[in-house]
Amino acid sequence: MSTTSIEIGLERETPAGLETEEMTLNMGPQHPSTHGVLRFVVKADGEIMRRAIPDIGYLHRSIEKISEKVGYHGFMPYTDRVDYVSAMQCNQGWAIACESLAGIEVPRRGEYCRVIACEFGRIASHLISVGATAMDIGAFTPFTHALREREKINDILEELCGARLTFNYMRIGGCAWDIPPGFIKRATAFLDAFEPLIDEYNELISFNKIYTERMGNVAPVSAELAIAWNLVGPNLRGSGVKYDVRKDEPYSVYPEFDFDVPVGEGKMGEVGDCWDRYMVRMDEMKESCKILRQALGGLPEGPVVAKVARTFKPPVGEAYVRVEGSRGDMGWFVVSDGTAFPVRTHIRTGSYSAMAIVEVLSQGLMIADLIAVIASLDIVAPEVDR
Amino acid sequence: MRKFADSLLNGGIFDGMPIELGYVLVVAFFAFVLLNFIMLVAGVTSWLERRVWGRIQSRIGPNRVGPQGTIQWLADGLKNIMKEDIIPEEADAPLFKIAPYLAMMGFFATFAVIPFGDGLVVADLDVGLLYITAVTALVVVGVLMAGWASNNKWALLGGIRSAAQIISYEIPAGLGVITVVLFTGSLSMQSIIRAQGWEPWNWFMFDNPFLFVAFFLFFVSALAEGNRTPFDLPEAESELVAGAFTEYSGLRNLLFFLVEWGNLYVIGALCATMFLGGWQIPPVTENPFLLGLLQFITFFAKSYFIVFVAMWIRGTLPRVRVDQLMTLCWKYLTPIAFVNLLGAMIWFIVFPHGFLPMRIAMVLIGGGIFLYFLSRVMFHLRRAKPEMHLSPLA
Repeated sequence: MSTTSIEIGLERETPAGLETEEMTLNMGPQHPSTHGVLRFVVKADGEIMRRAIPDIGYLHRSIEKISEKVGYHGFMPYTDRVDYVSAMQCNQGWAIACESLAGIEVPRRGEYCRVIACEFGRIASHLISVGATAMDIGAFTPFTHALREREKINDILEELCGARLTFNYMRIGGCAWDIPPGFIKRATAFLDAFEPLIDEYNELISFNKIYTERMGNVAPVSAELAIAWNLVGPNLRGSGVKYDVRKDEPYSVYPEFDFDVPVGEGKMGEVGDCWDRYMVRMDEMKESCKILRQALGGLPEGPVVAKVARTFKPPVGEAYVRVEGSRGDMGWFVVSDGTAFPVRTHIRTGSYSAMAIVEVLSQGLMIADLIAVIASLDIVAPEVDR
Repeated sequence: MRKFADSLLNGGIFDGMPIELGYVLVVAFFAFVLLNFIMLVAGVTSWLERRVWGRIQSRIGPNRVGPQGTIQWLADGLKNIMKEDIIPEEADAPLFKIAPYLAMMGFFATFAVIPFGDGLVVADLDVGLLYITAVTALVVVGVLMAGWASNNKWALLGGIRSAAQIISYEIPAGLGVITVVLFTGSLSMQSIIRAQGWEPWNWFMFDNPFLFVAFFLFFVSALAEGNRTPFDLPEAESELVAGAFTEYSGLRNLLFFLVEWGNLYVIGALCATMFLGGWQIPPVTENPFLLGLLQFITFFAKSYFIVFVAMWIRGTLPRVRVDQLMTLCWKYLTPIAFVNLLGAMIWFIVFPHGFLPMRIAMVLIGGGIFLYFLSRVMFHLRRAKPEMHLSPLA
């Protein structure tokens, strides 16, 4: 269990002769709102938390170690399980890491297919995130409405790669399948229906008075704190830092697309509060729709996958690449010794650092706020442990 | 009902036994009928809630057991009864066992004074409203006891939240009730209904602006007292697992749910009684049986409208936080209720017999708002149509 010695003075006056003691609560591993198998040891004074200590390791599946046994091609399905809520970006991270090891050029149509798949994956992941946040705050309806749309995205991705959750779509050197006939029309039809729905969600929940009261001004993360604790992705952008790997360290064909990087503005309180983090995801879905429209419209002709040897043996060396996953900057580190199996793989994920900052943020909040904090940080348990 | 009881007593069935025993038997008979009625109401409400909720959430809801899933509640109830009744080893067993029955008693007792028709009330107590306020407090005892006896920290938090919440919201609810009592001069449920008429402008809700405000004060506070969204903190499933009911299973858990859904109906019935004219119907028939039936249907429809609104709210709103809950009660609702009461007093002095133009204006405004709202709902429904692949009656 991680323990840091952070104590805060939350002293209360008690009448003489009455003794009070701190209550230790185990939130999780089985708890309805811990999004998978997380555990927090909550030290609480009634409803007020002194601190919540995250405890990780409940979902460790040795994914990094497995890569050393299954080889470069064989590891692709395992990357789906790193962050199963948005598996596409994990696919992409691994593929790019291997390609940069071996110096493989991906065909442009392959890159476009990847971008389309990834952006659909990002929308699907953010839908889960915003829906689950609303559900944790107590509103069930936005969650079902978000899942309804996510199902449609799953249908689209199923058309693309035959799977709905763990896609295994990308290959070293491109993608497994080309875009099926009629896909562009159906994907565009979905985007046409989905974009007005984002505004509908905003009407339904984002600007609801109770919701903004619950999310606004809760656990604000300043830009300095966010950088110090290594927050990435929407959590970092929620704190007002305009940093997106797709823009700042471009990979794939992202520089060819025109899109904005939404940041938290503190509309409902301080910059970097839960509501900002939530809203950044809402806005990012719109941006993803923009990218998708451009990618679907400008799809080049050609093959989707480069010729890569079946026994992929990259030259000796190492590579570290970063992709913008749904939970932010995802780092893929791979060391090759020239054989068909990597020597070492490491994956840097956004949820891991987001989990750590909970301990700092939780001090002095109420127990109900902890739920909002976890939800707004969008922690996905398997991504924490891998 | 009293007459009916007397006729039963003197009807010759109980000849040859002491009169006290006869009374006990008659009361037991009424209680039996009422208990079955309540089970039915709570069960149907649970089914309706799940269907309405499903419709709001663009899914179907239970539709397998019976036509349209109408007896789903029966299947759920049977399942719960047959489940093992787990009592945790560390729990305070006697309290743990008793708690659901206390909560159940608290809400069951309210049905004794709910007037379903002109003569259709078990006991038209002179202190009807006061009695309801008093017995519903038993529910909080039950919930608090459940939370404490479970020996579970989540349950304890839930129980304490429940106690704090219900006791706080008794005040604005009580003040809302007092505003009505001010205009009737009686706490009896039947005389409150008799003071109103069947026409909407003779309902207390539209009598004057202060009663209109009192309706909303009462409705909001009643939602909080019934642990309904947005005030469902005691069992906030995303925070406290299941709050005070975390450790309960089987029949005891079922009883708590029964209380929740039954309480929903009680809220509706109270609103209908105090503000919506209760069972008042236009004089259409002389037949006492038909009259009673029509009154019953009217009352039921009115109270179920309120129940429907509460379901709607549950499908739309998130949950407030504990401190916000208390802020809302003590900083907003209670002062507003006091000012409102004062205003109602002044109004009563100025217009002791009511002020018809104001009533008609209020009905027109209220009806206008309602129609506008309805048109918005229809607009959204029509717009959502291509999106729906589910028929509402699928």
